[in-house]
Amino acid sequence: MTIKPYTILYKEQLSASVFLMRIQAPHIAAERQPGQFILLSINHEYGERIPLTIADADTAEGSITIIFQAVGFTTKQLAQLPVGAELAVLVGPLGRPTHIEKIGHVVCVGGGVGVAPLHPIAKAFKQAGNRLTCILGARSRELIILEKQFTAFADELIICTDDGSAGRKALVTEPLQELCQSARKPDLAVAIGPPVMMKFCVETVRPHDVPIVVSLNTIMVDGTGMCGGCRVTVGGETKFVCVDGPEFDGLKVDFDGMIRRLQAYRPQERRMDEEHECKLSKLEQR
Amino acid sequence: MSEVDNTALQTQAESLLQNLKAKNFQLRGPERMAIPSQVMPVQDPQERRHNTSEVALGYSPEQAMVEANRCLQCKNQPCVEGCPVRLPIRDFISRIAVGDFAQAIALIKESSLLPAVCGRVCPQETQCQVQCTLGKALKDIDKSVAIGRLERFAADWERTQGAGKLPACQPDTGKKVAVIGSGPAGLAVAADCRRAGHSVTVFEAFHKFGGVMLYGIPEFRLPKAIVEAEVETLRQMGVELIPNFLVGRTRPLQSLLEQDGYDAAFIGIGAGLPNFMGIEGENLVGVFSANEYLTRANLLKAYRRGVAATPIVEAKRVAVLGGGNVAMDAARTALRLGAAEVHLIYRRSEKEMPARVEEVSHAKEEGVQFHLLRNAKRILGNEQGFVTALECLCYELGEPDASGRRSPVAVPGSEYILPVDAVIVAIGNSSNPLIQQTTKGLEFNRRGNLICGEDGRTSLAKVFAGGDIVLGAATVILAMGQGRRAAAAINAMLSE
Ligand SMILES: Cc1cc2nc3c(=O)[nH]c(=O)nc-3n(C[C@H](O)[C@H](O)[C@H](O)COP(=O)(O)OP(=O)(O)OC[C@H]3O[C@@H](n4cnc5c(N)ncnc54)[C@H](O)[C@@H]3O)c2cc1C
Ligand code: SF4
Ligand code: FES
Repeated sequence: MTIKPYTILYKEQLSASVFLMRIQAPHIAAERQPGQFILLSINHEYGERIPLTIADADTAEGSITIIFQAVGFTTKQLAQLPVGAELAVLVGPLGRPTHIEKIGHVVCVGGGVGVAPLHPIAKAFKQAGNRLTCILGARSRELIILEKQFTAFADELIICTDDGSAGRKALVTEPLQELCQSARKPDLAVAIGPPVMMKFCVETVRPHDVPIVVSLNTIMVDGTGMCGGCRVTVGGETKFVCVDGPEFDGLKVDFDGMIRRLQAYRPQERRMDEEHECKLSKLEQR
Repeated sequence: MSEVDNTALQTQAESLLQNLKAKNFQLRGPERMAIPSQVMPVQDPQERRHNTSEVALGYSPEQAMVEANRCLQCKNQPCVEGCPVRLPIRDFISRIAVGDFAQAIALIKESSLLPAVCGRVCPQETQCQVQCTLGKALKDIDKSVAIGRLERFAADWERTQGAGKLPACQPDTGKKVAVIGSGPAGLAVAADCRRAGHSVTVFEAFHKFGGVMLYGIPEFRLPKAIVEAEVETLRQMGVELIPNFLVGRTRPLQSLLEQDGYDAAFIGIGAGLPNFMGIEGENLVGVFSANEYLTRANLLKAYRRGVAATPIVEAKRVAVLGGGNVAMDAARTALRLGAAEVHLIYRRSEKEMPARVEEVSHAKEEGVQFHLLRNAKRILGNEQGFVTALECLCYELGEPDASGRRSPVAVPGSEYILPVDAVIVAIGNSSNPLIQQTTKGLEFNRRGNLICGEDGRTSLAKVFAGGDIVLGAATVILAMGQGRRAAAAINAMLSE
């Protein structure tokens, strides 16, 4: 069996800090299903393994698409890599696929880069014959991604920005709330985005008895269930996001606990970032 | 605390060896029994607790020969009975005794594929050395022949001789074997099936090969170069090694057999599912499974601060829960990562600790503080969700039960608070359920271990298994032994 090198085939900057890449991985493209993710690292010896959801796959090209925001140490370096470069580590598809079925009216809510992992899931729900409403939110117009792609298959698309520079000036929870109160109350909600956004989406639908699925992006190490670093509390039980998830019943997730665990390495990350920037600026000065 | 003077050890060994040579190594039993045990040279505890280099430095040739001359060459070889893979212990020791190291390692390699590893990490004191006639005669198991150290010596000697001979492989049979997992079980299968002429592919979820020997057991106890050398030998023998491949997700096991043309598969995926205590506060920031902590430190090299991209907690006061090898490794790693205090909390007494004695004494020498007959009751945190302390409960040994064992019982009202900023949970591993979830027709027991026959045959045709996924968390030698038995069965099946 031969595995092709994990070469970056295509790269596009979607907004100030958001990048899209297609990476050669025919073996992953062939197996992946909506909702699954990969782990990658850009240095074999000293790299950090980070999880990213598969935004799309192309079996003809033998590639998967990842969309990421250059915020952390590794994502910033990844964003610097040119087309043709090879990733050191790429393993997947990981996690349980989304359970897709025809249930009626599905509302998909995406915030920030969470719109990327939402994309294959929304598309699959549409293909399964559901009525599909999509709500995409971002801070401002430049940060809205994949709008064209969503327009292509959503029955209704609602854009929200914090500053009103595109679509409604509102948080995603506002149209979600209206929908729940309307005659077209959804049969299922899917929310993917920053943890705080998912938490508030859950609280929005809870009083209306609308089931909600969320996709969690915790800290991970192996992605195989070996370390427990990705654990969250769901319905009072400890679950491993990499093998039991990444999707869970939003009504049961302990978001506060999860948000706290995401802070674990903030101090170290900030310091590494500073050291790195410092090295870069020294290089530039030379 | 044992202070070891490595130079003095060497001088002593040299003069003892002179005497042995003078007698042409012809000694009577009592004379052999009078030869002092050779102490293992080690790095100074105060120095080593701050570095990641190997702690035990290994015997010199002189020390090895002197130690080997302590062996009584028993007719009934009780040591061999104690060895899970029945290494020809007496015979390889007799070769070291006269300085024929090449023959010694050749004998070892007939039964063991990983002598440099096993010599270092086997629990000899409960296997071969507990059976040793000499230890029994001297009424001190610590005075048994140092079989593990001699095994290590022979294997290390071979590596210093430059590139060893590659094991010969039979002509290609055209049959394909898939090995899932690259721990000691999987590596053993790969070697034996390849030698039989089959083409072998090893699929490993991680980006490096070696399983727990690489990501779990730390460098200071098992240098990674040793594991890498074993993997390199397999590569040169023509074994195909595929990293970043999680069988069950990257590709289902059935597809390997039905579509990809593999004639047999071996499941050696280990026991990678960390147990937690189920106590309050376990999901606070700063609570880790030993697996996570050790993987960050070892595999991802987080100890190279400023070079490695993987962060690791910078804790000053660390509590480790457990009493096995994993707990010792986590505690000693914490010291090396800069902890000022490391507290090891264990529910029973030291006698019951499953860790190798050598690791326990090394941990103590390095300053790990042992809290025996204590257990964690809950973990306390601050408003930001970070660990601040551990509440412990004292235990005492109760009345002996029917089997005569005194189990610990909690002392009511004995709670006390230990301020810490990290807690590492090392209370064992269960089986990873991924293969179970993604493969139809494989039988598992209630504890999630794969059920298979003596020869590793599972309930699925062409599928074999071995190592921790079958035994529950066990040992390197048992995993390797099971791998070899399964490989023999696979080779027999493929030659039918
Ligand atoms: C910290 C620590 C210290 C230890 N100390 C000792 C000691 O001193 N002495 C001793 O004898 N034993 C020790 N052990 C136990 C010993 O390491 C294990 O018993 C032994 O490694 C088990 O071997 P294995 O081949 O079954 O599996 P492992 O070594 O666990 O290897 C399994 C491999 O399979 C991979 N894998 C898992 N699932 C998949 C999949 N679906 N697809 C592909 N690959 C997969 C894993 O990534 C891993 O690399 C220790 C264990 C630990 C954790
Ligand atoms: S039991 Fe001890 S003394 Fe006897 S052969 Fe084995 S190692 Fe030598
Ligand atoms: S990332 Fe290690 S168990 Fe999930």
